[in-house]
Amino acid sequence: MAQEQKQPKKSSETEESVETAPETDVNERKEALDSDVDDILDEIDDVLETNAEDFVKSFIQKGGQ
Amino acid sequence: MGTEVEYGISVAGQPQANPMVASSQVVNAYATSTLKARRARWDFEEESPLRDARGFDMSRQVADPSQLTDEDLGLANVILTNGARLYVDHAHPEFSCPEVTNPLDAVRWDKAGEQVMLDASRAAARLPGNPQIHLYKNNTDNKGVSYGAHENYLMRRSTAFADIVKHLIPFFVSRQVFAGAGRVGIGQERPKHGFQISQRADFFEVEVGLETTLKRPIINTRDEPHADPERYRRLHVILGDANLAEVSTYLKVGSTSLVLAMIEDGYITRDLSVDGPVSALRAVSHDPTLKTLITLKDGRKLTGVQLQMEYLDLAKKFVEERYGSDADYQTKDVLERWESILDRLERDPMECATELDWVAKYKLLLGYRDRDSLEWDDPKLHLIDLQYADIRPEKGLYQRLVRSGRIERLLTDDLVEKAMHEPPTDTRAYFRGRCLEKYSENVAAASWDSVIFDLPGRESLQRVPTIDPLRGTKKHVGGLLDSSETALDLFNRLTGS
Repeated sequence: MAQEQKQPKKSSETEESVETAPETDVNERKEALDSDVDDILDEIDDVLETNAEDFVKSFIQKGGQ
Repeated sequence: MGTEVEYGISVAGQPQANPMVASSQVVNAYATSTLKARRARWDFEEESPLRDARGFDMSRQVADPSQLTDEDLGLANVILTNGARLYVDHAHPEFSCPEVTNPLDAVRWDKAGEQVMLDASRAAARLPGNPQIHLYKNNTDNKGVSYGAHENYLMRRSTAFADIVKHLIPFFVSRQVFAGAGRVGIGQERPKHGFQISQRADFFEVEVGLETTLKRPIINTRDEPHADPERYRRLHVILGDANLAEVSTYLKVGSTSLVLAMIEDGYITRDLSVDGPVSALRAVSHDPTLKTLITLKDGRKLTGVQLQMEYLDLAKKFVEERYGSDADYQTKDVLERWESILDRLERDPMECATELDWVAKYKLLLGYRDRDSLEWDDPKLHLIDLQYADIRPEKGLYQRLVRSGRIERLLTDDLVEKAMHEPPTDTRAYFRGRCLEKYSENVAAASWDSVIFDLPGRESLQRVPTIDPLRGTKKHVGGLLDSSETALDLFNRLTGS
């Protein structure tokens, strides 16, 4: 099928490096990804509303399309 | 084409606050703080929300009150200098984009809508005595209520509606694999625990219909073209999620435009009809691994991604055969991105976390589940789902991901900021927006297909119809607007008097 032969022509550098990374780097990349996720979570911890349960409960909407 | 988004609204500390009042406060505060002179009202004359594309009108007596969208209930309703409509629809503030001609502009004015809403909520909060009002670009409160993020596409009237239904349903059942915004919770009221890729999928109950607020249909038949009804129809798409990620919106409207172009052209001869599309829509949404198989009426079984690949394959051939190397940049770009995304979704959806809303959200949620050992019913995960869509830069998790470079953008802040005030140049929105900007004292009302002037020395209001969406562009009227000092000059030159 056509979609299996294609080569994504994409701009972002991170994407290219993912496309071309050799197999041996997989573990290293996974660790880098994990540490990136940890960084995001740390950042987000600081902005999350404090009482999750109350906040979610009080988000009540009326009808819409 | 264009998008229209109803925003979720909450009043800090007052969960029972009247959402219509709060929505009106938001819209009015924006109007007061930005519009220079008199505020043009919306002109309802050409609206017909009960007209059905299948060829009949629903009677007003049997219609649900929520369907009577052409009755001016006195709720806030303004037209902006960028050609957009900002108003209160049902119990939500809504931003309806000005008409645009291409997917990137659709993204641009959709994002401008977010910034308008942000400014509006901040302006409302500054008024003495007003509470803090927070807005969310999402589609459900996870307590049974859903609100829409619609798309509109201008189509030729001559296209048989049955063809649209036949070829669009399988596309819509599967489009969510890249256009979903992600949701914690399965089902409408009292949702079960889990994650799904679409905010809206569980709220669709029939294949085809006129309703938008109950028994929602995959294909909506509202036939209200806001243009010459002999030549055009407006396909009103109500199925989609409100996207924050620019790539998600771009691919959503770009791929849909290509599929509609093929339907208009009579190009699709493959029958991709799905067995039980409503349940297939939900099944695809409920499986973030994207492995769930959909059964086609011809007996084949495909995943949602594979069904999209069928449409991609058709679209590539269509563009090659009809346009060849003359295809415009965005058409080629949409095809390339669509293909790249589908390939990666098939391999490992997580590879799309920098481009697609549902994957970005899912990655965050999985991170929290891992780190804090949370189950899907944990309020914290529901909070992350909700706060992803908070439009405030200091609180919104999508905004955070963008600012730390974890989400790819297609636009700059500068382009979005300009689009808050300036109309697109290549549709009638240009005429509408420029009139509002330049002659606001003399514009009494406007709508998609008219601008109504209140001119000195004239007893009655003067209506300038803008029935053709592709006229009133900068090319047509830019010079005229530039050189007409007053609204009266403009009107006289337009009418040759």
